[in-house]
Amino acid sequence: MSVRDLLPIVAVVGVLALIPFGASANTVLNFLVFTLIIAIAAQGWNILGGYGGQFSFGHAAFFGTGAYATAMLQVHLGLNAWVAFAIGIGAGAMVGLVIGFLSFRSGLRGSYFSLITLAFAEVLRIVANASAITGGAAGLLIKLDVRPANFQFHSRAAFFWIGLALVALVLVLTRWLEHSRFGAQLMAVRENEDAARALGVDALTVKLGAIALSAAITAAAGCLYAQYFLYLDSTIAYGLWISVEALLAPIVGGIGTVFGPLIGALALHGLGNLTSLMAGRIPGIDLVVYGALLVLVVAFAPDGLLGLVKRLRARLFRRAATETA
Amino acid sequence: MFAPEIVLTAVLNGLLTGSVYALVALGLTLVYGVLHIINFAHGALLTAAMFAVLVAHLGLGLDPYVAILILTPLFFALGYLLQRFVIGPAGHGSDTNLLLVTLGLSIVIENALLAVFRSDTRSIDVPYAFASIDIGFTLLSVPRVVAFVVALAVALALGAILTLTDIGKGIRAVAKEKLGAALVGIDVNHVYAVTFGLGTACLAVAACLLMPTFYVTPRVGNAFVLVAFTIVVLGGMGSILGALLGGFIVGVVESLCGLYFGESLGQIGVFLIFILVLLVRPTGLFGAKA
Repeated sequence: MSVRDLLPIVAVVGVLALIPFGASANTVLNFLVFTLIIAIAAQGWNILGGYGGQFSFGHAAFFGTGAYATAMLQVHLGLNAWVAFAIGIGAGAMVGLVIGFLSFRSGLRGSYFSLITLAFAEVLRIVANASAITGGAAGLLIKLDVRPANFQFHSRAAFFWIGLALVALVLVLTRWLEHSRFGAQLMAVRENEDAARALGVDALTVKLGAIALSAAITAAAGCLYAQYFLYLDSTIAYGLWISVEALLAPIVGGIGTVFGPLIGALALHGLGNLTSLMAGRIPGIDLVVYGALLVLVVAFAPDGLLGLVKRLRARLFRRAATETA
Repeated sequence: MFAPEIVLTAVLNGLLTGSVYALVALGLTLVYGVLHIINFAHGALLTAAMFAVLVAHLGLGLDPYVAILILTPLFFALGYLLQRFVIGPAGHGSDTNLLLVTLGLSIVIENALLAVFRSDTRSIDVPYAFASIDIGFTLLSVPRVVAFVVALAVALALGAILTLTDIGKGIRAVAKEKLGAALVGIDVNHVYAVTFGLGTACLAVAACLLMPTFYVTPRVGNAFVLVAFTIVVLGGMGSILGALLGGFIVGVVESLCGLYFGESLGQIGVFLIFILVLLVRPTGLFGAKA
């Protein structure tokens, strides 16, 4: 990885980091922190779905595991929040490995893989909703104790910068993946698994590595969610909504690209908020826009917004070239 | 342990519920068998049909069973148009794209319903809602027995359409060999749309059968569609007979799990079946080799 590879990441993150100095209203920061949490979850999905071609419909399983692990370790064992955060990420990766091992070893691909991930997330949701240790249907509250040592801050801007730091970390990780041997093998499996195996790629190991990494990142988003809102229940943690958010953002932004998930999350939530503001407080109206946008992107811009920009630019340059010629 | 009458009652109730599940799964499996789409919009379309029954009842005073006659053709047309003008063109023939388009549609439909009807739980009031038949050791709810009979009739009718009519033969031909069907002059896009229409029409019937005893919220379809996916996978993707039997099995399993593990864990049995079948035998009980 050269400096040139990192330059766009540094530039984008640098600009975003300045936002709290310009707009410090709580509503704006709230919106941004939430969007960043979604962006991290989506970045995780993008590793497995975008680079590995395995479309999970159940990333809630990882998001929820991270969130619940963080919360339960603090509530029941009184563990330090930062330690719980790290363990939460590890727990998410473990769940990813288990689900990945079961489904990839049985050779599930395509739609079948989507369905089984969905089922795993649902099983976890039902279990979390029914057991005492997760607080059942009443949910789980993390005690309010605002100290930085406790991963709780007075200022929302602090959460914003932590979220942004995580996003930046994953951006670098994704850029590394693109140039690494592991990434090349993963993309080979995406393009044609049989051909990749014929060339000596251990497809199972590669896919397991991808799902563990993917799950760990999405679990980090869950940990951050728990820490920011200090409240969880089974429909928040393991609900279908987060599985959908995690896959929507990369597809809208640009699947299998470094910046796709971040751009998709910002675009979707920006547009969703705008619609809510304009249409008044009609419930669900922002999600109607999401769904419509998904259909439109799949129909007209299969490479997402990034691909659209690239295509437009190419067309513009070509026109300019023919005019000067 | 429970007395045999209680267990038997649970099994019978499971069969009755299972028949409606089977009806929902029938539409899903038909669409999968022919178009090879995992239709994520299926649940949202069911919800839409249930709201249509509600509106027909409250607005026009229509009995849910009479509404079958009006809503079934209406939803057939809706399904036909959706496939012909939205899903087909937007999918570009790629499986994952089709999956995403139907997911997008389900988000749109579900939240449009939420925007219009809000998240209140609604039900309709019919005089026969609590009527029951005494069969000796237990009582069976009349609307659910009606649902059972009608669901079986619809499955039979669907089978008849597929085997006896020209369009049915066309559907089966396209399911077997799309290119070959196109070469002998079958309009594949038309067949796709008709199939999707039939699948959606099943939902309209299911909604009419459900509403006398069930409630509707904008999210109600989710619960059914996950169960329907289980049934379709269990019975074998694309198999009509599989969907029917799968529906009964899942209905009984859910009912028994509810009896033994309590209401909140009742559905877990369904999902465990789902995962086990996918892991052990993804082609299901009656599915052809993938």
